[in-house]
Amino acid sequence: MGVLDNRLPDNVFFAMADDFVNWSRKNSLWYLLFATACCGIELMHTGGPRFDLDRFGSVFRASPRQSDLMIVAGTITYKMADPVRRLYEQMPEPKWVISMGSCANSGCPFNPHTYSVVKGVDRIIPVDVYIPGCPPPPEALIEGIMKLQRKIEASKVFRK
Amino acid sequence: MKDLNTLVQDLQAAVEGAIEEVVTENTQPPYIIVKKEKIVPVLEYLKKEGFNHLSAVSAVDEPPEKIWVVYHLVAIGEKSTLAVKTVLPRDAAEVDSVGNVYPTALWHEREAYDLMGVKFKGHPDLRRILMPDDWVGHPLRKDYEQIKEYHGIKTD
Repeated sequence: MGVLDNRLPDNVFFAMADDFVNWSRKNSLWYLLFATACCGIELMHTGGPRFDLDRFGSVFRASPRQSDLMIVAGTITYKMADPVRRLYEQMPEPKWVISMGSCANSGCPFNPHTYSVVKGVDRIIPVDVYIPGCPPPPEALIEGIMKLQRKIEASKVFRK
Repeated sequence: MKDLNTLVQDLQAAVEGAIEEVVTENTQPPYIIVKKEKIVPVLEYLKKEGFNHLSAVSAVDEPPEKIWVVYHLVAIGEKSTLAVKTVLPRDAAEVDSVGNVYPTALWHEREAYDLMGVKFKGHPDLRRILMPDDWVGHPLRKDYEQIKEYHGIKTD
């Protein structure tokens, strides 16, 4: 039995439709399990029981067709660039992208001496939140997801 | 297993005119430089003599005219190693594949082809292994120039 059961009379709540939609979107950010390097270990760690991303409504999906959020965790090489773009295009709208770690932000540890690493995943797909770090700890990833939640909160769905 | 000096002498007798130079002092592992035409019989002989593992095939670019191909041999159980080097002309870097002697060489040769542009005659499947198939150039060459754009992504 819940705490609120039988405590309130019948009620009607008024809210803006945008707020309602954004509220539901930001609290069910299912993310695509996409890890290409050591950032992936931190991503798994964040999804695990200790940091528990589930409490934000974020659970990992193995398929892009069920995902709202792509966390690009790791180095993207030119050979990987086409699959990244393809996975992004397979995700249904609305969709968001978090670029996690220096490699995805700018190719940093490999930049400029590399011949094989893409210098920033934003050259392939649009990015909403960048998380610095090499790799960023789970706290930083959670901070990034909260930043994205704030961004979604402020977005306009029905209004122009 | 024979010691190195006897081994080299026997090798000289078995494969005539193969060895150009033997370096054993102040180097680890010791290495022999052989003619590129003789690389397959030399490795066949060394395998028969106990070097049962080829741990790597690497390539070294030395402009303006040389490319070295280095075969790193290990005798597992004997704790002995030997490197076999051969030199190729830089503008026509081509050598026989040793895949029939050591099958593991097929992977290493693909890597050397991908990054250094060394061609291996007789390799059954000489494709790029690390870079994308439609990449231009061989990145570890000293005079390599990056392509400006790959599938619409700027590379600068």
